[in-house]
Amino acid sequence: MSAPPSTEQPSVAAMPNGYNFAYLDEQTKRMIRRAILKAIAIPGYQVPFASREMPMPYGWGTGGIQVTAAILGPDDKLKVIDQGSDDTTNAVSIRRFFAKVAGVATTTSTEAATIIQTRHRIPEAPLRDGQIIVFQVPIPEPLRFLEPREAETRRMHALAEYGLMHVKLYEDIAKHAHIATTYAYPVEVDGRYVMDPSPIPKHDNPKLHRSPALQLFGAGREKRIYAIPPHTDVVSLDFEDHPFEVQHSGATCGLCAAEGVYLDEIVLDDRGGRLMACSDTDFCEKRRALGHFGTQASASASATVGQAGKGDAT
Amino acid sequence: MYVAVKGGELAIDNAHALLAAKRRGDPAVPELTIAQIEQQLALAVDRVMAEGSLYDRELAAIAIKQARGDLIEAIFLVRAYRTTLPRFGDTVPLDTNAIEARRRISAVFKDLPGGQILGPTFDYTHRLIDFSLASDAPAPEPPCRSDAVAEPAPRVTSLLDNQGLIERNPVGNDTQSTPDLTRDLLTFPAARELRLQALARGDEGFLLALGYSTQRGYGRTHPFAGEIRYGTIEVEIDAEDVGFCVPLGEIEITECEMINQFHGSVTEPPQFTRGYGLVLGQSERKAMSMALVDRALRAAELGEETGAPAQDQEFVLSHADNVQATGFVEHLKLPHYVDFQSELLLVRQMREEHASAQRETAATISSPRSAAE
Repeated sequence: MSAPPSTEQPSVAAMPNGYNFAYLDEQTKRMIRRAILKAIAIPGYQVPFASREMPMPYGWGTGGIQVTAAILGPDDKLKVIDQGSDDTTNAVSIRRFFAKVAGVATTTSTEAATIIQTRHRIPEAPLRDGQIIVFQVPIPEPLRFLEPREAETRRMHALAEYGLMHVKLYEDIAKHAHIATTYAYPVEVDGRYVMDPSPIPKHDNPKLHRSPALQLFGAGREKRIYAIPPHTDVVSLDFEDHPFEVQHSGATCGLCAAEGVYLDEIVLDDRGGRLMACSDTDFCEKRRALGHFGTQASASASATVGQAGKGDAT
Repeated sequence: MYVAVKGGELAIDNAHALLAAKRRGDPAVPELTIAQIEQQLALAVDRVMAEGSLYDRELAAIAIKQARGDLIEAIFLVRAYRTTLPRFGDTVPLDTNAIEARRRISAVFKDLPGGQILGPTFDYTHRLIDFSLASDAPAPEPPCRSDAVAEPAPRVTSLLDNQGLIERNPVGNDTQSTPDLTRDLLTFPAARELRLQALARGDEGFLLALGYSTQRGYGRTHPFAGEIRYGTIEVEIDAEDVGFCVPLGEIEITECEMINQFHGSVTEPPQFTRGYGLVLGQSERKAMSMALVDRALRAAELGEETGAPAQDQEFVLSHADNVQATGFVEHLKLPHYVDFQSELLLVRQMREEHASAQRETAATISSPRSAAE
């Protein structure tokens, strides 16, 4: 969105591959931008949009890809992550797609990116004013598993009838002594709409609250776009006597010794050997480049240190 | 030793190279030509065009070749290509009375004006594997041609309609106000024209199973195959600039009109009702299934009992698209380790709490005296 959608954009002829800039035709992009503007105007409300078939399968990020395609300008720097990592195969595939059909610069650096498309994580490094994070959403409707019918859930949202969700959370506590939702944990946005933050671990939920970045959510198969404008209140649903809390494994990153970050558990052998390592690979690499090393860093230092920023490409 | 996962890019490139080699197979075997696929796998081409919602035989044939014969993958390729095509306008509604029928049958009358035309069909063949096809068989003898002059073939349903025995079709919209499923989104409740669009590009297997379920009692509609037509028809576009309709070319379609159980009320005398199916290319299975499901989806409108899967439009329309379905089912192959990790943490914590609760209970039971005191 750094460049206005004007005549400055490369024309069809300018794209060597024969496709329009960022794949979608301009009419489709305008339709998506309208949906995005509406979504920003009504925080947390799921705006229906006429999702297109993309050259990646539904469920693999087509909603996020369409949102990114609609907001991308030639001067943007795009970062794509999946599970926090820039190097998971689907993140690589989507990053390559935009490098090919939009010719934009890509990066693995959270700080350097103007647009970050993500699946299942929010980067550890705080986002800043002017950045846009685009979430890939599989099921946008937080009430879907309580009520399968779209006609019914839309009515429930219209009436702010969220009792069913609280009953579900209460039943979790009664049955398991915990709210048994650990990812895609429902939030209330701007005191009005209950929203699915996409399957991010609930560890990431606090980052949604009053983020200076614009947060956009795209669900391609379900044909919905929603948004959290910058500096908007986002509250994870809870009860007074069972307040929302993030999970802590108590471990630190075995590679960079980071604390309080989300860790992947990597199975090293069949004798119980485990490595806990940052899920956000960019964050972890940067810390190691600054000289922070965890207890297991030596085992893999040779393979990873010095690769920070390697993914930068133009 | 753990090595941080770098190398996704190389792995993807290698996987694609492997796929390309697998697609080609043994280089000693001659490569398939697009013309061969188009001619000799014509029904596969038809299915890809129908569910890909794009009438282009050559493109469908290339997609089948690229997809190694995986038709849903080929449909997906065609759909993704379709996204990039600009829209010039709407065609004039097809008058399927004008179809040049290669096949036209009715199951409700023994004979009828225009006759029964069997045409190219698997019906009445014995399904015996023809071993002569294993080697290069000579081209089959051309079929004998009838000298009979084709007489007009009025619609079976219009024969009934003349006597008021079947419900009237609703008066058509002008094309401008007809919603387009591929440009707008599906909302519920969906009008019949949108439902028909969704069914026309829906998965053949899914519609077949749903149609079959209505025959087995999950939303019975008492269907009769009123008429099935397959043939070519001309497509025209209303060119505003020149002020008349311009033909774009011919397409092949299959149409099925089902005649279903009658329906009447205090105000209206009993009448048969309709279910409709229309598919690009030749696919009677799909057109018939579509007609069954279309009729089942009208249950509420006709005041019938509802509740069967085929009568539930949110259920049917939300799950009929195989490109959507295969994408979401197969996305489970994508990494989910972040979500799984958060579940692991919770299950471990709950197991710890469970174990300590067990220990407390055990301690209480093993020392009943102290508990009694």
